[in-house]
Amino acid sequence: MKNLLKRYRFFLVMLLILAGVAVFDTALGLKATQMSWDNLLDLMAVVPPIFILLGLLDVWVPREVMIRLTGENSGFIGVALSFLLGSFAAGPLYAAFPVAGIMLKKGSKLSNIMVFIGAWSTTKIPLLLFEATAMGWTFMLGRLILNLPVILIIGFLVEKSMPKQDLAQIYQSAESF
Amino acid sequence: MFTYVLYGLAFGLLGFSFFKDRGKTRMALKKAWKSFENILPQMLGIIVLIGILLAILSPETISSLIGAQSGWIGIVVAAAVGSITLIPGFVAFPLAAALLQHGAGVVQIAVFVSTLMMVGVVTLPVEMKYFGKRATLTRNALALVFSVIVALILGGIVK
Repeated sequence: MKNLLKRYRFFLVMLLILAGVAVFDTALGLKATQMSWDNLLDLMAVVPPIFILLGLLDVWVPREVMIRLTGENSGFIGVALSFLLGSFAAGPLYAAFPVAGIMLKKGSKLSNIMVFIGAWSTTKIPLLLFEATAMGWTFMLGRLILNLPVILIIGFLVEKSMPKQDLAQIYQSAESF
Repeated sequence: MFTYVLYGLAFGLLGFSFFKDRGKTRMALKKAWKSFENILPQMLGIIVLIGILLAILSPETISSLIGAQSGWIGIVVAAAVGSITLIPGFVAFPLAAALLQHGAGVVQIAVFVSTLMMVGVVTLPVEMKYFGKRATLTRNALALVFSVIVALILGGIVK
């Protein structure tokens, strides 16, 4: 019980702030509640399949296969696969972190995981269609084409900037996911 | 629509997995739940925080800060507001479109959209749980810098 309270501390503080806002300004409080509720529904709509796929990935894909496909010497295939995996996702970026955790645990290369994260945030296919509708095709295509190399560069730079022992530590802590 | 494809894929594979090996399938579902439960507290907190922020920062308020004439100051403000939270695109794009209609600049909006989706200060603790401090900060810093560069180029393309 005490542990539960500790884990949900941040959420409880946010609820208190929300209540505070509502007392201070009822209309604003209601609007914030409505926005939070909409956010929650949006998230809950995409969360079940993501985590089911994550569980299946963890159980069925052996570490050796994952290493061969996206690990240290996976080369172009690893980058392309990470890109596709991220592009076929749904949901906000923080839903990608647990999936990235499983990829770490399975021995994927960090730069490839960063490409996955980049693709998840920027080149998700349903999102691109949505972006084109809201912002116009020029905006969407321009941003997409400019971001493709950016995602690769970020992946490369993040991995290169990591000292060996820090890198080892990330993989070690991923064992418990 | 896409969500249905994702559901179809997940449940199709789940059914296939169950057919192949019940024990493994049960384990997969257990892992799915564990991973979800692991991140749930932060997710709930972030959702409420984003709700409060979006309620306070109305489209009118934001576009008065990042209008077409706001220049570099507008870009900095857009990057700062966009970086605070990680917002799903389904929320970000209607918001961005509304901001453009209220007179926000294209460069500023592009910075805002890109940082909204790629840079997350509020979610840093969650990200650090998986990648550690160094990789997390490096990724977010690089994403911030490139968001601005991409936006500046995009501003030249989209008139």
